[in-house]
Amino acid sequence: MNKAEILVVDDEPQIQKLLKITLESNDYKVWQAETGKEGIVMAANHPPELILLDIGLPDKNGHEVLKELRTWYNKSIIILSVQNSEQDIVSALDNGATDYLTKPFRSAELLARIRSAIRRNQLPNYHNKMVCGVLEIDVAARWVTKNKEPLKLTATEFNLLVLFAKNEGRVLTHRYILKELWGPASQTETKYLRVFVGTLRKKIEINPDSPKHIITESGVGYRFV
Amino acid sequence: MLRGANTCLPIFIKSLYPNKYFCQPKQVDQLTLLDLRKFNRSTQYLISVAIVTVIAASCYFNASLINYKIVALVLLMSVSILAMLLDILPVLLAAVLSALVWNFFFIPPLFTFHIDNAEDLLMFLLYFFIAMVNTVLSFKIRKEERKARDKEEKEKAIKLYNTLLNSLSHELRTPIATIIGAVDTLKENKEQLTAANQNELLNQIDIAGMRLNREVENLLNMSRLETGMLQPNFDWCDTNELVNSVIQQLSSCTQTIRFDQDERLPLFKYDRGLMEQVLLNLIHNAINYTPADATIQIDVAQQSGYCIIHVSDNGKGIPESEIQFIFDKFYRLPHTKTGGSGLGLSIVKGFIEAHGGNVTVENNRNGGLTFTIAIPSETSYPHNLKNE
Repeated sequence: MNKAEILVVDDEPQIQKLLKITLESNDYKVWQAETGKEGIVMAANHPPELILLDIGLPDKNGHEVLKELRTWYNKSIIILSVQNSEQDIVSALDNGATDYLTKPFRSAELLARIRSAIRRNQLPNYHNKMVCGVLEIDVAARWVTKNKEPLKLTATEFNLLVLFAKNEGRVLTHRYILKELWGPASQTETKYLRVFVGTLRKKIEINPDSPKHIITESGVGYRFV
Repeated sequence: MLRGANTCLPIFIKSLYPNKYFCQPKQVDQLTLLDLRKFNRSTQYLISVAIVTVIAASCYFNASLINYKIVALVLLMSVSILAMLLDILPVLLAAVLSALVWNFFFIPPLFTFHIDNAEDLLMFLLYFFIAMVNTVLSFKIRKEERKARDKEEKEKAIKLYNTLLNSLSHELRTPIATIIGAVDTLKENKEQLTAANQNELLNQIDIAGMRLNREVENLLNMSRLETGMLQPNFDWCDTNELVNSVIQQLSSCTQTIRFDQDERLPLFKYDRGLMEQVLLNLIHNAINYTPADATIQIDVAQQSGYCIIHVSDNGKGIPESEIQFIFDKFYRLPHTKTGGSGLGLSIVKGFIEAHGGNVTVENNRNGGLTFTIAIPSETSYPHNLKNE
């Protein structure tokens, strides 16, 4: 029994019922809110492990609810929405969403994303040593090994890999990565990012043409798994 | 694609929202009255010649009071006003004509185009230059203003178009998400699900399927209305039976639907299929916008050759300012629960008008909303049917 508590903020009764049954049958405890305001109050009174948030709410836009939640709620928030434009996805992720899943979704995928998001909550804030599959990263020593073999990474490649590893499972937008690595002035220089992701993939992936660690989220950014 | 969207969107959106987004404010109407560009080119030439002639004549007959240099300013002012109201060519004509008239009738020596004085010649040339520049600049400014207005209108249309697409995609994707998600859960978690939960998921699949069907039905009906393909198939119908059948279809709702059947009600002649859709849409609308414990009341009556149907509820009603838009296509009440494509009530209006009738809506005194349908119809009592 994992008993993690999940708050579902969605005004569609059908989706509410579906999520309640699906999540409860997977041992999650489900709380439900139909409006943005109700969701914020419930999250404040009883902070859940994860929030599933719809964008199209009757009283408030989901993006506003997300921004408001992010002023104090630091656990995972997954957006579940019918809106699938790149602009909506990027905006939600930039506003602090952990992940974005468009409706209709497969239950298995939703559950996998929930597991990954909850796992992230449970990781310590500061990771000195991280293990991601065959990769081992020692942040303090600035040392990376692949299958126990040392990898030679440039300073930027190393910083990029650490940023990815610290946000495992989470979609990072181009803007966010650029801001973290090169500062706010470089948020639109996506070509730099593509070059560094390309070289990093060549070093850490078994087959860089079919990457298993750094997954491209088309038009949005990258997810490290 | 964008070029196509630019030309078609305003027309498309205009057809969707005839009242709300495209009615012109009163001020604009008054301005358009002054806009003489609506006249054809020959009329505009006539107007420009007439105005220059009238002003020149008034100045000529008051020549003892006004210096000929002041006349130039008066004529220049008339050209400037014309530049705001007419197309460029009639204004250019006015500019040239006024310059010649000024020279001929006002600049000494009079009644000749000859100018003796160098200062007058310079003034005449300056007059001509300023009139031309004024005309061309006014034309260019107007052109830029028109461009900016068109751009703004197109942007508004594209924004509205996206909103409509989002609303439709929400209405179609939500039930699809429910069906896919419920089937996934039933397949993958069957052992963990209680019998009650399995039934609930099946029930949700059923509801989602019906919802999808209703949306597709609404889109098809709207398309039938738009293309003028709707031909009501009139036949004798038992309205009590029709209302009961509609209530039965909506039996899963939490609201109470009341219908006090009148056994003395005659048979009416209308299209049963269309009227069934009308009632389904009206009651469904009431279900969507009232609390779970609300009551929806249906009444049917015959009144001087009309079949009258009232559908009322005891919900919140709607703001008076929104009533005029309620039958517009894709219109949805602001800040309300999501759900519904906004087509249901416009289909009700279209179907009722196809019967030659009308549908009205008003807020109840004690809260809630009442829709009243009135369709002209022949009547017959069952015992007379053998004569049909």
